[in-house]
Amino acid sequence: MTDVWLHPAWLLILGALLLPLTPARLKRGFLLIVPVLTLLRIGLMPKGTFGEVPFLDWVLVFGRVDALAHVFAVIMGLMAVIATLYSLHVRDDAQHMAAWIYAGGSLGAIYAGDLLTLFVFWEVMALSSVFLIWFRRGPQSPAAGFRYLLVHMAGGVALLTGIVLHLQATGSLAFVAFEVKQMTPATWLILTGFLLNAAVPPLHAWLPDAYGEATFNGSVFLCSFTTKTAVYTLCRGFPGLEILVPLGVVMALYGVVYAVLENDSRRLLAYHIVSQVGYMVAGVGIGTGLAINGACAHAFANVLYKGLLFMGCGAVLHMTGQSKFTELGGLWKKMPWTFALTLIGGLAISAFPLTSGFVSKPMIVAAAYADHRLGVGLLLMLASVGTFLHTGLKVPYFIWFGKRNCSESTWRRAGEPPGNMLAAMTIAAVLCLVIGCYTPSLYALLPRADVYYQPYTAYHISETLQLLLFTALGFFLLRKQLQPEPTISLDLDWFHRMLGRGVAWIAQRPVQRADNRWGELYRRAGLTPLARSADQVRRFDQGVIDGAIDGLATVVGRLGGRLRSMQRADLQQNLTLALAVVGIVLFLVYRFLV
Amino acid sequence: MKLAQLIAWLRDRLRTVVRVCLGLLVLLVLIDAWPGVVNKDEAHTTIERWPAFWAVFGFVGCVLLIVLSKAFGHAGIMKREDYYDD
Repeated sequence: MTDVWLHPAWLLILGALLLPLTPARLKRGFLLIVPVLTLLRIGLMPKGTFGEVPFLDWVLVFGRVDALAHVFAVIMGLMAVIATLYSLHVRDDAQHMAAWIYAGGSLGAIYAGDLLTLFVFWEVMALSSVFLIWFRRGPQSPAAGFRYLLVHMAGGVALLTGIVLHLQATGSLAFVAFEVKQMTPATWLILTGFLLNAAVPPLHAWLPDAYGEATFNGSVFLCSFTTKTAVYTLCRGFPGLEILVPLGVVMALYGVVYAVLENDSRRLLAYHIVSQVGYMVAGVGIGTGLAINGACAHAFANVLYKGLLFMGCGAVLHMTGQSKFTELGGLWKKMPWTFALTLIGGLAISAFPLTSGFVSKPMIVAAAYADHRLGVGLLLMLASVGTFLHTGLKVPYFIWFGKRNCSESTWRRAGEPPGNMLAAMTIAAVLCLVIGCYTPSLYALLPRADVYYQPYTAYHISETLQLLLFTALGFFLLRKQLQPEPTISLDLDWFHRMLGRGVAWIAQRPVQRADNRWGELYRRAGLTPLARSADQVRRFDQGVIDGAIDGLATVVGRLGGRLRSMQRADLQQNLTLALAVVGIVLFLVYRFLV
Repeated sequence: MKLAQLIAWLRDRLRTVVRVCLGLLVLLVLIDAWPGVVNKDEAHTTIERWPAFWAVFGFVGCVLLIVLSKAFGHAGIMKREDYYDD
């Protein structure tokens, strides 16, 4: 339509690329202005279809802007601003770059009008977000990052295979609602890719594993973008798919059960993402107008309060170096404001009246009842009990009150975080309250304008307050039972951890032996003649090419130096490259064979 | 640091705070049970019309979640922190 259409994702990605070149004294301003401009661009974007690019036989659509894409893009843009503000004091360009490219990937996926564009941005998200885990630079970070990456690569392969099969069957790449009544192998594969990113059991174990290991600020980005982008794709592709209802209910309760056992505050919050996304997945499965609106509203509210909770626990981690309940406790004297703001997040996720959860979560429950699914409604209410029990009570109680488990050094280090972190948390907390107190601020954005919902009725307020306050009574009576224990909980990541160990064993033993023999053969048969020709090439190389390359190499070297501190950088680069090659090869194979 | 002072002030009067909270719980149930205050036509099932149904649901649900989850965890799911290290 228009000649120049600026994709908001480009603003973030271009900003990320320009960041290392920005002078140090302008850096903070630059860090603030880029996400703010992105959010403005999202807010001012007209509805319609833009950015259509012919590619081979198809037209790639980079900008399908409709109500469904808009509501998700707005919250992603908003979170990019808040999370960047939260990380503002981090003097590591690479972290900001990874986070922005990740957020840009999410926006690209949300605005994608075709499956191929969606896939490309899907992979951009996976590849950039893994750096948010690696940059923690702890002894366990490389392995945690690789587990995360490999799981997402597997999901990406399922998605790509599904897309190719779908194209073959229907001749269309358009990303619209699939036939949920007649699922094909292609659409099942696409669904698998989406469900993996939404962390639906049994494809969920990557999430607590990764989000507990990421940097204190990286988790704030991670908790917002991947799962909620997946919820968007489910809303778009599979509304009304029946199997999503039981899956969503199982998710909602699964996360709650594991949260009881968890000792690490950030892993507990990660299990609660699984639980919260369960509501949204169930909403998508119910598929009525109210349910889809509920899923979108809940995703929107969830990004804010979940981000706030991760910011609160991230602040504790940043200041004390600890995130486990068995190493914390009694911090209210040292970090009262962090406590108060985190508590607002905890109340919002528990759907207390006047908070955002109160106006979003019950839409899904009401949709379940309206669709005559009483069991679904009641089980989701039970999950609400668990939500308040953990995020509203367990997290604040065992970090800021309870038994003081802190070591002397933890206690000495503890204190309120830097102003920018408190400011970001304050913004998120205020938004949680604004949405809760003034419902049109959220409801006006929802995709189905024809659906009416009013959360503030006497019955609903009475129901919620009874449910939550009596949960609190149960918590205080049984809080001895809930005393944190220094353990980890086995989850389905056991399988890929053990699988990885098995592969490592094979690589060390049989493959290594075969490799040694092959190397010996190669040295005798091939190397001597090769060395002779290589010598001639070297002379040419030294004389002619080096001069030209040296100048370029200095520039590249300077950029590369910034990334060099990355652990196992060569392996990471190889993996990235390998993925790109696999994608291109698959695509070419398809082009020539089909 | 005024917030910390407020928390300290409340902690010094913990008994009173607990009493006020328990009073609130009782009040909540009374309001729910008082005919005509809360319109129960929105209830989806008959059991939801019982006075204080959601209070019982919340309390029992909370106790069950804690007890059953802990039983599940101690049945072999919770492991030493160095379980994956070797």
